[in-house]
Amino acid sequence: MSGFQRHRRSGRSIATFTGFEADLLRSLASQLVELLRNEAAVPDDARDPFEALMDFSGPTSEPEDPVLARLFPSAYRDDDEAASEFRRFTEGSLRDGKAQAACLVIDTLEEAGLPPQLEEDGLMIDVELEPDVARTWMRSFTDVRLALATRLGVEDGDEEYWFALPDDDPRAQAHDIYDWVGYLQETLVESLSR
Amino acid sequence: MGAVATASPDVDSGLETTLDPDQVTVLATPWVTIVWNDPVNLMSYVSYVFQEHFGYSRKKAEKLMMEVHEEGRSVVSTGTREQMERDVQAMHEYGLWATLQKSE
Repeated sequence: MSGFQRHRRSGRSIATFTGFEADLLRSLASQLVELLRNEAAVPDDARDPFEALMDFSGPTSEPEDPVLARLFPSAYRDDDEAASEFRRFTEGSLRDGKAQAACLVIDTLEEAGLPPQLEEDGLMIDVELEPDVARTWMRSFTDVRLALATRLGVEDGDEEYWFALPDDDPRAQAHDIYDWVGYLQETLVESLSR
Repeated sequence: MGAVATASPDVDSGLETTLDPDQVTVLATPWVTIVWNDPVNLMSYVSYVFQEHFGYSRKKAEKLMMEVHEEGRSVVSTGTREQMERDVQAMHEYGLWATLQKSE
């Protein structure tokens, strides 16, 4: 596990993943895409079906899923009407942008040689990201970390709690993955900073 | 385009043209974008985003990031409501928790 480095001559962010690690990143990115595309972007209401179909505008209420609520927070704290309007005009494109970013992570890994089904042992995947692609990965890692942290209930200064969990606790394993993506992100930010 | 003039310019429209001082104050009140602390986003990332999106120097970006980290929130930009809505949308794109409001 070595994270990202900046390739001095090309300015690319480069990293080498084991097949297992690359497969894990793909799985996290795929889950994010599923989540972003699954819960209807338009609220499920009891209107006439035709009327509902003809309504192309975005949602106006906060998503029910806590992960989505964190990814698309209210823009106004004390003005529900303005918050609804803002959401109506932005949530759709924010969702698309985040889903596209996660898809780019998946595509890059597959172009770098990750097979659709990981079977081979000892496979290594080298990725070389142009700065634009690296920035997209960086944003998508943020979304993945926000999703994992929301599901786990991560809070400020709770490292001891996670450290003390037994190794076979599924939350401990999920938290290890959260930490790992954080490490990848830290090295990715470093590789992009001058 | 293709507007047709419907009134001669010297007809008194009857509109009140005197500016009310209170309205002037309302128009001039700036809006602010606030970024709130969260337990997830890395300090290096938040600072990078402030440099990248706002074009702030590393020093300024790190100062704002530390404010978010230590005080729980920081005003990261000031301007019209439309500009602040764009900034908030951009912050949400980056996964930062941001809101806008009238300057206090």
